[in-house]
Amino acid sequence: MESIKDRVAIIGMGCTKFGELWDKSVEDLIVEAAYEAFENAGVDPKDIQAAWVGTLDSGITAITLTGPLKFQYIPVTRVENMCATGSEALRAAVYAVAAGACDIALAMGVEKLKDTGWSGAPAANVIGSSRIGVTGTEPAFSAPSMFAHLAVRYFHEFKIDTEKGKRYMAQIAVKNHYNGSLNPKAHYQKELTVEQVMSAPIVAWPIGILDCCGVSDGAAAAIVTRADMARNFITDPIYIKATTISVGARQSIRQEYDYIHIEENVIGSKRAYVEAGIKNPRKEISIAEVHDCFTFHEMLLYEDLGWCDKGKACEDIEAGTFTLKGDLPVNTDGGLKCFGHPIGASGLRMMYEVYKQLQGKAGSRQVKNPRVGLTHNLGGSIGTSICSCTIVGNDKE
Amino acid sequence: MVGITSYGVYIPFNRLSRDEVARAWGTASMGGEKAVANFDEDTITMAVAAARDCMKGKEIGKVDGLFFATTTSPYREKLAASIVAAALDLSPSIRTADFTNSLRSGTIAINSAIDMVKSGVAENIIVIAADSRLGAPQSNLEQIVGDGAVAVIIGTFGVIASIDGRYSLSNPLIDLWRNEKDSFTRSWEERFVILKYQESVKDSVLRLMKNYNISPKDFSKVVLYSPDGKSHTALAKILGFDSNRIQDPFFSKIGNLGNASAMMTLAAALEDSNPGDRILLANYGDGSDSFMLGITDEIKMNTQRRRIKSQLNFKRNINYEKYQKWRRLLELEEPRRPPEVVPSITCLWREQKKNLTLYGGRCKRCGMVQFPPQRVCVGCQTKDDFEDYKFSDKVGKVFTFAVDYLARSSDPPTVFPIVDFEGGGRIIFMMTDCEPSQVCIGMDVEMAFRKLYEAGGIHNYYWKVRPLQKE
Repeated sequence: MESIKDRVAIIGMGCTKFGELWDKSVEDLIVEAAYEAFENAGVDPKDIQAAWVGTLDSGITAITLTGPLKFQYIPVTRVENMCATGSEALRAAVYAVAAGACDIALAMGVEKLKDTGWSGAPAANVIGSSRIGVTGTEPAFSAPSMFAHLAVRYFHEFKIDTEKGKRYMAQIAVKNHYNGSLNPKAHYQKELTVEQVMSAPIVAWPIGILDCCGVSDGAAAAIVTRADMARNFITDPIYIKATTISVGARQSIRQEYDYIHIEENVIGSKRAYVEAGIKNPRKEISIAEVHDCFTFHEMLLYEDLGWCDKGKACEDIEAGTFTLKGDLPVNTDGGLKCFGHPIGASGLRMMYEVYKQLQGKAGSRQVKNPRVGLTHNLGGSIGTSICSCTIVGNDKE
Repeated sequence: MVGITSYGVYIPFNRLSRDEVARAWGTASMGGEKAVANFDEDTITMAVAAARDCMKGKEIGKVDGLFFATTTSPYREKLAASIVAAALDLSPSIRTADFTNSLRSGTIAINSAIDMVKSGVAENIIVIAADSRLGAPQSNLEQIVGDGAVAVIIGTFGVIASIDGRYSLSNPLIDLWRNEKDSFTRSWEERFVILKYQESVKDSVLRLMKNYNISPKDFSKVVLYSPDGKSHTALAKILGFDSNRIQDPFFSKIGNLGNASAMMTLAAALEDSNPGDRILLANYGDGSDSFMLGITDEIKMNTQRRRIKSQLNFKRNINYEKYQKWRRLLELEEPRRPPEVVPSITCLWREQKKNLTLYGGRCKRCGMVQFPPQRVCVGCQTKDDFEDYKFSDKVGKVFTFAVDYLARSSDPPTVFPIVDFEGGGRIIFMMTDCEPSQVCIGMDVEMAFRKLYEAGGIHNYYWKVRPLQKE
C-alpha cells in the first residue's frame, strides 16, 4: 500500500461566509465557493476534469454541483459521509489525481440547514428518511445527547465535578469564539466569557447551548492537482501528506466500550500520522482544525488525537496549549463552534483555514511559521462514527 | 375446578389531584387524586404491564388465550389483543380477542374465558382489562375517571380463587356512552344513572344469592363496581352487607378505572384474602355480572407479583396543564424540530420480534449478547450464527446517560440512558416514569412497553426503561 504523501497538492480554495444566510440558496453557496477557488488557483471552470460534491441533505446526485456550475459532461459524483462529508469529497478528488484518472479536480462541500424552520441540527434518525422506510423506534436523541453520554461518563471516570468540567468546556468555547471574532467569514463575530457559556441554558446536561456549534449555511471548495504540476498554478501550493477515514461498526453495543474515548478518532489519527510520517504529533503538527461540534468533543479530541494523556486534557486547557498563541493552536478560524457547521461543508472549511495559515495568509489569526496542519471530522453516532483525518504541509520532501 | 390462577395490576406512575382539576375550572373538588397514564401509555401498554405482573413466575407457553377488555382501544379497527400478546411473547397460535364497548367488558371477557376453560377448548386464558377514558373538561367525569389495568388468568391448575357461581344480566339502558366521534364519555343525569346502577347490580346479586342459596353474611369480602367512590356503599347497605366487608375501590387514590375498575377492586381483595374466604364480585355496565369466588390454599403461593400498595406509592403528581397536553385537549405550537417519522409498516413487520418482544441475539461462537439483532457478530464477525435472546424480562444498570432538552417529547427533558443488561448486552433506550434529576450512573432499571409516538394513524410501540421497582 502506497502513501498519498506529497503526490497531490491543493492549488486553490474558496469558502463562503458561514451563517444564517437567509438570502442564499444552495446554488448561491456553490457558485461563491467555487469561483473563489477558481480565482485562487488561476484556473478556468473549463479546466476542471472531474469533481466531487459532498452534502448531507442539501441535494442529491452530482447534479447538485453541475447544475449551478455548468460543468460540461465531466465525471462528477456526490458523496456523503455524515459530518465527514466535506473531507470525503476532498479525499475522492485527491485519490483520483493520485491515480492518474485526472490532473485537476474539484472538491465541493455544501449545506443549507436554515431553510427547515427547525432549531438545532436534524436528528440522525430523520436524515434521508423520506427515501427509505424506518420503524421510528431508533432512539431519537439530539446530537448534543451523544456527547452528553461521553461527558457524563468521562466526568464520572476521572472524578471531575460537573462545575469544573463545565468550566473546561467553557474555556474551549471562549477560545474558539475569540479566534472566530478575528475571522470575517465566521458565523459568529462575538467573543464569549466563561461565565456566559457556563450559565447558558442546558441542552443535554452538561452541554449548554453555548457549548454547541453554530447551525449554519455555507460552502467550501478545493482544487487539487498533481504535486509536480502544482507550481505551474501558484507559488505556494499545499501538499497532501495523509488522508484517512476510519469507520466504526456498532462497537458501542459492547459493554466494553468505555465512553471516555472515541475509537474511530484514535485509529483514524494514528493511521494519518503513519501515512504522513509523523512520530510526535503534538510537536510536529503546527496547527489543527478539529471537529468541535460540542466543546466537550474538542476536549476529548486532545486525548483521542494523541496530544495528551487520557484524563489530562484539562491540564492543557488550563495551560492554554491550544490557544492561538499556544504550542498547538486548535481551531484558529473559530472552529465549528464559532465559524459554524454546515455539515457537508465543514471538512473543506477546515482545510480552507489550514491552507491559508500554511500560506501565511490568515491575517490577524496568523500562527507563526506553521509547517504542518491537520483537519479532523467526526460524523455519525458513538460507536458507529466516521472519522476523517487529513494532514497537509507547505513543503514537499 | 375453574377459577383465577393468578392476577396482576398496573397503576400508572402519574397522578392528578382533583383539587388541581377543580382549581383549573373553579369547580368543587371531589377530593383525592386519580391515576393518569403517562404520555407514552395507552390501554395496550398498560395491559402489557398488568399482564407482566400477572405472569411473573408463570410459564408463558401455558397461556393459550388472551382476552383484552377495554372501552378505549387505541385502534378502532385492529385487534389490540394481538399486540399485547406479541409484547408478552405469547405464541401466535393462541386465541386472542378484544372485548369492547362496555364498562362490563372485563367481566364479560372473564365469563367467556370461564366458558372456554370449562369446555376444554383452552387451559389458561389471560384476561386483561384496561381503560383510559376521558371526561369532558370541567365535567364531574373528568375528576372521576382514572387510568390503569388489571389482568387475571382463568384456568384449572393452581386456582387461587375458584368460580363457585355467577349470574349475568343485560340491559339496553343508555346511561354512559360514547359515539363513533366522541372524545369524551357522555352521561345522563347522574341521579338517574346511579339509581339504575344500584337497581341493576342489586338485581344480579340477589339472583346470584338466590340461585346458590347463600346470604350476605356468607361473604367475607364484597367487591362492587363503584361509579364514584361512594354509591357502592349505599348499594351494599341495600343488599344487606356489613360495611366492614366492602372492599375499598381506592377511588381517592386512582379514580374510576372504567372497565378495569371492579377487577382492580377484586385484585385488592385477593391481596388480603385467606384460604376459605368467599368473595362477591359484582360488576356493572349495560347490565351486571356477579360472581361468587372461593379462596383456596393456593393464594399463599401467589407472592411474586408487585403489591398494589407499592404501586400506589410509586407516583408523582402532575399539573392540569400537563394532563391537557398529554391528552391533547389543547392545540399547541409544534416543536421546531423534525416531524415524527411515519413508520413504514413493512419495516415494523420485518422488525416485529425486535420491536414488540425485544429480541436481540447471542452469538453462538463467541457468546456475545447483542441488540439490535445482527447478521454478522459485532464481537467476532461470525455470520448468521445467533440464537434468540430476549431482553424484555431483563434488568440493567445505567452506564451513562443524557438528559435531552432538545429531543421532541410531550414531557421534556427526555432521558436517554445507555443500559448494560445483566447477562450481557448494551442498549440505548428512553427512560420513562422517572425524575430526570434523579438519574445517575449505576441506577437499576427494568423494561416497560410503551408507545413512542403516533404518526399516520399508527401507534408506534417499543420498549423503554424505567427505574427498577423493588417489590
